[in-house]
Amino acid sequence: MIKNKINYSQRKYVIGSIFILVAVILLIKLFIIQIIDDSYKQSSESNTLRSVTLYPSRGKIFDRNGKLLVYNDAVYDLMIIPKQAKNIDTASFCKLLNINNKTYNNYLKKAQKYSMITPSIFISQITKEEYGRIAEMLYHYPGFYFQTRSIRQYPMPIAAHTLGYIGEVSQKDMKRDSYYKLGDYIGLSGIEKYYENKLRGKKGIRFTVVDVHNREKERYMNGACDTLPQPGTDIILGLDADLQAYGEYLMSGKTGSIVAIEPSTGQILAMVTSPSYDPNELVGRKRGMKYAEINANPDKPLLNRAISGTYPPGSTFKMINGLICLQSGAMNVNTAYPCNGPNSAPIKCTHYHSSPVRLYDAIENSCNPYFWLAFQDMMNSRKFKSQKEAYQFWYDNVTSFGLGRSVDSDIPYTASGKIPKKEYYDKIYRGVWNAMTVRSLSIGQGEILVSPLQLANVAAAIGNEGYFIEPHYIKSFANSNDSVSFQKHIINIKQQHFKDVKKGMRNVFEGQHGTARMSVIPGISVAGKTGTAENPHGKDHSILMAFAPVDNPQIAIAVVVENAGFGSTWAAPIASLMIEKYIKGEITRPALEQRVLTLNED
Amino acid sequence: MRSKTTIGKIDIWLLLIYLAFMTIGLLSIYAAAFNEDFPHIYDFSQNYGKQLMFMGLSLIAGFGILLIDAKFFNAFAYVIYGLSIFTLLLVLVIGSKISGSTSWIYLGPVSFQPSEFAKFGTALALAHYIGKLDTDLTQFKTKLTAYGIILLPMLLILAQGDAGSASVFIIFLLVIYREGVGGKILIIGLTAATLFILSLCVSKWYVMIGLVVLYALFLLLIDRTKKNIWLLTWILIAACAFVFSVDFAFNHVLKPHQQTRINIILGKEKDIKGVGYNLNQSMIAIGSGGFSGKGYLKGTMTKYNFVPEQHTDFIFCTVGEESGFVGCFFLIALYLALILRIIHLAERQRSPFSRIYGYGIACIFFFHFAINIGMTIGLVPVIGIPLPFLSYGGSSLMFFSIMMFVFLKQDANRMNIL
Repeated sequence: MIKNKINYSQRKYVIGSIFILVAVILLIKLFIIQIIDDSYKQSSESNTLRSVTLYPSRGKIFDRNGKLLVYNDAVYDLMIIPKQAKNIDTASFCKLLNINNKTYNNYLKKAQKYSMITPSIFISQITKEEYGRIAEMLYHYPGFYFQTRSIRQYPMPIAAHTLGYIGEVSQKDMKRDSYYKLGDYIGLSGIEKYYENKLRGKKGIRFTVVDVHNREKERYMNGACDTLPQPGTDIILGLDADLQAYGEYLMSGKTGSIVAIEPSTGQILAMVTSPSYDPNELVGRKRGMKYAEINANPDKPLLNRAISGTYPPGSTFKMINGLICLQSGAMNVNTAYPCNGPNSAPIKCTHYHSSPVRLYDAIENSCNPYFWLAFQDMMNSRKFKSQKEAYQFWYDNVTSFGLGRSVDSDIPYTASGKIPKKEYYDKIYRGVWNAMTVRSLSIGQGEILVSPLQLANVAAAIGNEGYFIEPHYIKSFANSNDSVSFQKHIINIKQQHFKDVKKGMRNVFEGQHGTARMSVIPGISVAGKTGTAENPHGKDHSILMAFAPVDNPQIAIAVVVENAGFGSTWAAPIASLMIEKYIKGEITRPALEQRVLTLNED
Repeated sequence: MRSKTTIGKIDIWLLLIYLAFMTIGLLSIYAAAFNEDFPHIYDFSQNYGKQLMFMGLSLIAGFGILLIDAKFFNAFAYVIYGLSIFTLLLVLVIGSKISGSTSWIYLGPVSFQPSEFAKFGTALALAHYIGKLDTDLTQFKTKLTAYGIILLPMLLILAQGDAGSASVFIIFLLVIYREGVGGKILIIGLTAATLFILSLCVSKWYVMIGLVVLYALFLLLIDRTKKNIWLLTWILIAACAFVFSVDFAFNHVLKPHQQTRINIILGKEKDIKGVGYNLNQSMIAIGSGGFSGKGYLKGTMTKYNFVPEQHTDFIFCTVGEESGFVGCFFLIALYLALILRIIHLAERQRSPFSRIYGYGIACIFFFHFAINIGMTIGLVPVIGIPLPFLSYGGSSLMFFSIMMFVFLKQDANRMNIL
């Protein structure tokens, strides 16, 4: 022996005893639950258990004044447990359900494929009337039963795009989140999608014992295993239902959009896109068919132009250019630039006014040469080492208004628009370019694209004199302590410059030559800017951004009417009516309203 | 002297027990996963068909092992252990998530659970290390190495988030105990387990007050030599630190679902709807089996899938419901027979490697069967470890079989060891 190891083999008795002891403990416990304790015994074998999912009511959606926008209505789903569905008289059953034999087999196969023992929906959303008729006869057909569900209803047929719609979950959803079962509903767009986890609540479950004739006999374990569904959270939107409805009324028959924002909070007051559709159409069993129908419409009613349409901002963009030029120090509010009217070069002026002009007049008259010359001065300013550095300064300031990027909030799928980076021009012009090359930027044409939402947000930022809150739909959750907050963005431009530009924008409505002077509202000070976006495909788009009242803005608005010509003709009166409706709650100028509505008949 | 073939010398009793388990396993999975539309047991689209295939593969692997030279596993113990550690590392990098833990590797259609491999690897490595002639377990450094061999795979499996599989490795302490590390470790282990449960059941402060009272009592009773007082004080501090760290680990290391499982077992939480649903359903299924069960394929709880994960971790429900107390008694007796037979054979080995390895796998089988059955009847927390030979799953069946056949081979070859 190399080493004198002690023999520990006696320890096998210790280890063996532990093993036997544990086995005995297991057997004692088994003896208790299998033989002594009766509470685990089940009712007779012919009884089977059924679990019924109790669906919570989906959260309701209200407008800012507590007006109901979306609520739920009861419908009934016919459920099937394929394993229990035996000896069905298919012919009579099909007659009862009003389907043919082939459909029956298809539905059955679908359910079997999902699961033999887990219930799934056989026919969804059966109306109350049909339900009464079928439920009476259902005991003939084991394995089938009804489950109550709710569908979305919309008391006012407005804001379809904002509210979004719900639909059956996809395989992908079920894979991603085990909460969802075949036939469940999930928010597919808009508020319904973004706040899905809040709105959906929590499902409950009820176990019942069912006899061979498919009749519910008793609660399983007196309901000890059941859970109650928890209703979804109600949501209050910043939307003003009346304003939204009025906006849709004004825009009916036109193509375009309106976005109204409350500048102090960033909440969307109204978001109109036209043409649109009635949200009640995308509800219930007809949803699939209706959706296809609306989708095939050449006017694209499913497209939300307010957030995904992008346009050259035209003259409305001069406000941003004015602010940046002032901030650069290359010019000031008293700097005057000459204007030769239609003979100006390189950019003509489309308005007739005195020359030279200063900032207030230039805004009032929407003078192109003024803004070109100011832009040129900024680009050539000695403050910057090069024109490219000046351009970078311009770019940084433009994007600080939220342009060139999508919105980061509960508004989904917002277009980012386009603000060209200097690298973009470097690539096109192989590095050789200057103010002259990019001169159309000075008047909001060229490569710039903005969405109506972004434009409304620019109006809010100017109205606030230098900041904006990321635009969003929600105001608060109704029955929840969760608060909502969105980012505040400060723009790095002196407040005085904003005050100067606001003064000029006020002249647009109130000045003698103001391009929107026809749309002035009695008793409300409005500041704004019209625009006409050149459209290579047809008639120009009519654009306007505005806010009111000037000193303490309650509403900032952007209006785009496609192919309608000058901003002053259509967009301005629409914005003016919207502002009046929101602030006064009534319309004092029926003639103007009438004129706006006549475009519909073109 | 040396016989050419060892296959004729394998222990027939152990082999019979193994085959009995295979049969019971297949019948149970057939009952648990039974689908009336696919009644053939060899239908490979169904779980029982797949399990049948795994059994075939396991038997082939087992037969292969019997043909390999018996010395191979001793010689290559570290290599196999190293490989298993490598796969554990690999799973952390490329593993797939199944119910919250990253413990699977997918190779095309084949999935593989490295933690099963690691149990085998650790049993081999431990047996090889302790079994070496120059290993002296009385030395501190040696003990440390032995614990290290166990701890390394355990930590890697913990990192996957699979606390259940990691806990299996604790049972190797029993092997080390058999090989001569003092009984103190068992006493300390039992004390630690008691403190562990106490500090989870009642506030840690109460436990510590109790400890201080005990400390005071002991101080009164023993000889108050300086050495004894110091020793007692250190024990008190260590115990308090342990209680604190258990409390911390429970609240900060365990995931919420694991906390809930433990709380339910301890009776601190009554939640028969959520996590407790599994357990409650499982106990109803087993309890409803009564004395003699409802009959094969006649269990209603089983038939209508009220017990989740029934064919894997909760396979015992099927046995309990369909064959009652009689069946459970027989099954537990069979497990006991398996484990005690392995220990009996281990003790007659000439080579320390074979003996230690035998104890290793006996302990693994013991831990799996005791914890798995314990959890289905509410004695221990629900931790997902399979019931050997019965639970559905290729990796576990394969490695349990491999462990078994390696031992059969060692035993058959024992006369050739000089």
